[in-house]
Amino acid sequence: MRLIAHHILACHAKGCTSNNFPLKFSDVESQNAEAEFSPDFLKGFYPKIEWNVLITTAKEKFIKFGEVSLPEEQPNLEDLDEETLKKIHHVLLEIDVITGKMSCPNCGHIYPIMSGIPNMLLAEHEIA
Amino acid sequence: MSRPELQAPPEIYYDDTVAKKYTQNSRNQEIQAQMTYRALELLALPAGRPSYILDIGCGSGLSGEILEEEGHVWTGVDISPSMLEVALEREVEGDLFLQDIGQGLGFRPGTFDGAIRFVHTLDSYRYERLMLPVFSISVLQWLFNAETSHPTSSPPHRLSRFFTTLYAALKNPSRAVLQFYPSSDSQITMCSTIARRAGFGGGVIVDYPNSKKARKVFLCLFVGTGSYSGSTIAEEVPRGLEGD
Ligand SMILES: [Zn+2]
Repeated sequence: MRLIAHHILACHAKGCTSNNFPLKFSDVESQNAEAEFSPDFLKGFYPKIEWNVLITTAKEKFIKFGEVSLPEEQPNLEDLDEETLKKIHHVLLEIDVITGKMSCPNCGHIYPIMSGIPNMLLAEHEIA
Repeated sequence: MSRPELQAPPEIYYDDTVAKKYTQNSRNQEIQAQMTYRALELLALPAGRPSYILDIGCGSGLSGEILEEEGHVWTGVDISPSMLEVALEREVEGDLFLQDIGQGLGFRPGTFDGAIRFVHTLDSYRYERLMLPVFSISVLQWLFNAETSHPTSSPPHRLSRFFTTLYAALKNPSRAVLQFYPSSDSQITMCSTIARRAGFGGGVIVDYPNSKKARKVFLCLFVGTGSYSGSTIAEEVPRGLEGD
């Protein structure tokens, strides 16, 4: 899964309706993937980006994959230049998590990632 | 004999061999392509820019590849690890999640520009092997499975959980197009009632209603009715296709 997938996930276990995003990465192994650069898609997705989450996640876990020198403050959509868009593209769509865990900051449920696929299945008592 | 979805949970039904066979079958590929184009038509996405689409029951990514060709970015969920593994082998672009939609979807509010769901048609290999009659199955049918007596396993609960979390995961305005083969009119009523309770507008579309072979039932669900990037989402449900 790419970081965009992490960015859209929130814990859906029973009772988890707040403080359930972002899921916390641990034991992560990732690789660099290549994706086609689509400024139009990024601009469409841009309002969904939680800037702080994006840069913190990238810096904490994935800094070894190229320069993630994104500005600390989220630029306005109109002010985005191509260079910044390309950096956002790289972080969201070209960092591919192969194995690891994501844990919910609220309930602690762990979603394991194997072969790049997060397992979102819940136990019976966790289903809302 | 009953349908397979009434016999075993899908993760058991689609084993590795079936998943591969299903994906390589050219007729299945053709059906998936046709259905993807029809679903895209019904989704009526804003023209001229890529959308972010949720493929529910994405399987091995056959429909996802069409979405890619059409310039969209997609994310898929499926309950069958075997199907997802084939999708990985085929190096599809979309992100994949192992998920039982009856437990609800775990996506942040307003994430997707649209959602689709297709029927899976089993190939003849499977029919012979299990000596099952020929039919089609779809993810919505799995929601009607009650695997245990736990309250969260009841079909209405699973449907409600699915539609509520799907509604939340979609942008306003947007649409979800779900194809299914209802085994009775009461299933259609139950699905649309629960979808409406979750907040969706829209309704049922029947393509080729008079053809036994080509007849297809869709739920075309609306989130909001406002302006859609210049164009306006019509409030009425699109018409089904006529003919045989
Ligand atoms: Zn949680």
